[in-house]
Amino acid sequence: MATHKITVTVNGAARAADVESRLLLVHLLRESFRLTGTHIGCDTTHCGACTVLLDGQPVKSCTVLAVQADGREVSTVEGLERDGKLHPVQEGFWEKHGLQCGYCTPGMLMTGCALLARTKEPSEQDIREAISGNLCRCTGYVNIVQAIQYAAAKLRER
Amino acid sequence: MAPKTSAQVCGMGHSMKRKEDPRFIRGRGNYVDDIQLPGMLHMDIVRSPFAHAKLKSINADKALKVPGVLAVITGETLAKYNLHWMPTLMSDTQMVLPTEKVMYQAQEVAAVIATDRYTAADGVEAVEVDYDPLPVVIDPFQALQPGAPVLRTDKKDKKDNRIFHWEAGDRAATDQAFAQADVMVKQDMYIPRIHVASIETCGCVADFDRVTEKLTVYMTTQAPHAIRTVFALVAGHVGLSEEKIRIVSPDIGGGFGGKVPVYPGYVIAVAASVVIGKPVKWVEDRMENLQADSFARDYHIHAELAAKKDGTMTALKIKTLADHGYTDAAANPSKFPAGLFSICTGSYDLKRAFAEVDGVYTNKPPGGIAYRCSFRVTEAAHCIERITDVLAQELKMDPAELRMKNFIPKEKFPYKSALGWEYDSGDYAAALQKAMDKIGYAELRKEQAEKRARGELMGIGISSFTEIVGAGPSKQFDILGIKMFDSAEIRVHPTGKVIARFGTKSQGQGHETTYAQIVAEELGIPAAHVQVEEGDTDTAPYGLGTYASRSTPTAGAAGAMAARKIREKAKKIAAHLLECAEDDLVWETGKFSVKGSPQRSKTIQDIALAAYTNHPQGMEAGLEAVSYYDPPNLTFPFGSYICVVDIDRGTGMVKIRRFVAVDDCGNIINPMIVDGQIHGGLAMGMAPALLEEISYDEDGNVQGGSFMDYLVPTAMETPAWELDKTVTPSPHHPLGAKGVGESATVGAPPAIANAVVDALAHLGVRHVDIPITPEKVWKILKEKGAAE
Repeated sequence: MATHKITVTVNGAARAADVESRLLLVHLLRESFRLTGTHIGCDTTHCGACTVLLDGQPVKSCTVLAVQADGREVSTVEGLERDGKLHPVQEGFWEKHGLQCGYCTPGMLMTGCALLARTKEPSEQDIREAISGNLCRCTGYVNIVQAIQYAAAKLRER
Repeated sequence: MAPKTSAQVCGMGHSMKRKEDPRFIRGRGNYVDDIQLPGMLHMDIVRSPFAHAKLKSINADKALKVPGVLAVITGETLAKYNLHWMPTLMSDTQMVLPTEKVMYQAQEVAAVIATDRYTAADGVEAVEVDYDPLPVVIDPFQALQPGAPVLRTDKKDKKDNRIFHWEAGDRAATDQAFAQADVMVKQDMYIPRIHVASIETCGCVADFDRVTEKLTVYMTTQAPHAIRTVFALVAGHVGLSEEKIRIVSPDIGGGFGGKVPVYPGYVIAVAASVVIGKPVKWVEDRMENLQADSFARDYHIHAELAAKKDGTMTALKIKTLADHGYTDAAANPSKFPAGLFSICTGSYDLKRAFAEVDGVYTNKPPGGIAYRCSFRVTEAAHCIERITDVLAQELKMDPAELRMKNFIPKEKFPYKSALGWEYDSGDYAAALQKAMDKIGYAELRKEQAEKRARGELMGIGISSFTEIVGAGPSKQFDILGIKMFDSAEIRVHPTGKVIARFGTKSQGQGHETTYAQIVAEELGIPAAHVQVEEGDTDTAPYGLGTYASRSTPTAGAAGAMAARKIREKAKKIAAHLLECAEDDLVWETGKFSVKGSPQRSKTIQDIALAAYTNHPQGMEAGLEAVSYYDPPNLTFPFGSYICVVDIDRGTGMVKIRRFVAVDDCGNIINPMIVDGQIHGGLAMGMAPALLEEISYDEDGNVQGGSFMDYLVPTAMETPAWELDKTVTPSPHHPLGAKGVGESATVGAPPAIANAVVDALAHLGVRHVDIPITPEKVWKILKEKGAAE
């Protein structure tokens, strides 16, 4: 199978790789770059555990080919904390018990970030709609909504 | 209930922020698929498209030519080591890989070992399998008909598809009570097969080290010690020895019972690693998970309830057909093939009851215990709560009033049920009243009457459930002979910090936090200073794992008991340090002081240091204890849930307008974590009630085998749950706690089903089977002339 040399900027750092055409972005991140925070939960693009930001837009990295990320910027959960300081959305999930097993959490955090970048004061309905592509089996979603509301308030304070 | 300890110590009752979160919010969890070992190979599985077929041949030639494919393992390979069949947790037998025939669609047929996961998938595509289809048995009633194909041809002399017959109660006395009853209602109910679908699927990394002859398996398992012993027993003859097997449950992305069984994939990966001498990773994809892993429910129930004219229930009779798939691979305690189904008398003072369950084989994947069912309590609660509403409808009595009339009164606890359980404590009327007040029950009934007059469909459904958890006392409870105690091992370091290890295994329930709070409560050492570990069989004391809401009742209790043993030794050391008699000492959180001279005291930290630097002569140094806790009884959490639904007459869509859940799990360790368990459980109660079903066509093709058809609720369908509590401590648990993990999956589905039936009752509807899909409701409305 043909391989391609690609360069992807991940959390601000340029990373090079030699990939098969069919390699999924989620596998590039998890296996080639050893960033295992992004998770795999299904094979039909439903669960959203693999959500990352591609040039700032939330995408399901299981349904993006690595070659599609060539020359572009990818943000993953590992890039949220800066200089030892948690991102408000990470703080919110911790404060509000927005996670239990933690498996859907990175996807939820990235989707939350993307929402808060475009909506400063999201309503409960806005949040539920934004995370409707992220499945969670543990929390029943109530605390996830509260976590993102907490983060929105924190970001407005800044 | 106000906490007894300060926020700094953070014992019971504090909503302590979770100690496990820092790694999860950073994406630094360590799940099985995150593990990468040097030289690690990848395994993928060839699966049967047929539900029942003779295996004629497997040709691996093309697969072995794919660059990077190292081996193809078949049943014949495993048969050489007598590993092609193995026991299930219910002492039936299951295929690891078939040699004669396949018995369910998606059954494992061969495994490909390759250098990376994409190549392994290529290898799977290239394996050629020849099948000869056999007649398929899907309907469990037909499976019992004379002349039905006998599925388990591997069992010598087996002439039918029966697995077991189980019964509880007094059939004759119950029949007599029915004969004398004023009123009797009966109802058939089907609780369909569903799948737990935790967001992380199942998998393992099996790593056999040829030099040390030690096998380490990183595995998505809720019960690591039981797995270790099973592997030692099953594969002892090929050289695996229990002291050289290490099972590590790392972080687990949700279990809910789906990660208890020993799936063939694990065993094949272990065999591959032993033979090849390299680590082998196997992680199933979602479709494999939904189509082949342990399912839940699949109970065909016939229920009858007898009562007096005034609504007093007098007798209950239930007959159930349990569709187990091709083998009994449930994970019930061994003496309970139908789990704890005999809790089916529920919250009511039923003097006579009889329940029987018949297990049957069909051409489907095996299972039955999963999806937060508490060992079939979901089935039992759905049955009693639905038939109670059927009775209410028959008597034209308000369902809340009927329940209040029949609740076991508070004064009767401990209460011996007609089917043999001793309920520890309960105050059912208080919980229901609280729920009714919180939701504004009377106003809702008024609103319903007004809406009904206008042709609008609104329903109110109640579920007043009693749970039964904490398996369990060694007299009655074992799995494969291993008693269901659980354990805690606590060690205090010289600087007053603690390491505490337990025999359970959290998959999101927050044990690293709640167990630390238990130690903090008992010893006064801040929970922040207590390091909790679970899941590594090399270090953790033996336990039976986490499922069926058993952790707090068993391991939590063990934690308290071990901490109390430590406190006893601490007292002796304190007496030595303070130069007084033990009887002169008084304990308050975190310190011993001399009676009458409170300024003469020693903190637990002083004592910990002294245990290593100044212990009394003749006493062993150190400050630690182990407890293997054998619970004297199960615990009985309970609650009352009320659900309000509005039904769209054009689409049949059921919308949950409000859902009030009043839960009682006894004394609460961490209120925030308890509420989180209930939120999640309610979502997993709503899902089977409205959305989820795994079904099969007559050829055994699965319907619902991917997330396209199997509808796990998103944040859009899930309402904002309203929670409240009553607190009725368990009289026998050292902390008065009961466990809560599955209460909501038990209580929610009947509340929702009852609400829908209530909305349609005036049209003559008595029962609707779950899942209550828009299609089902719309058909009813059309039939009754009420569709828009």
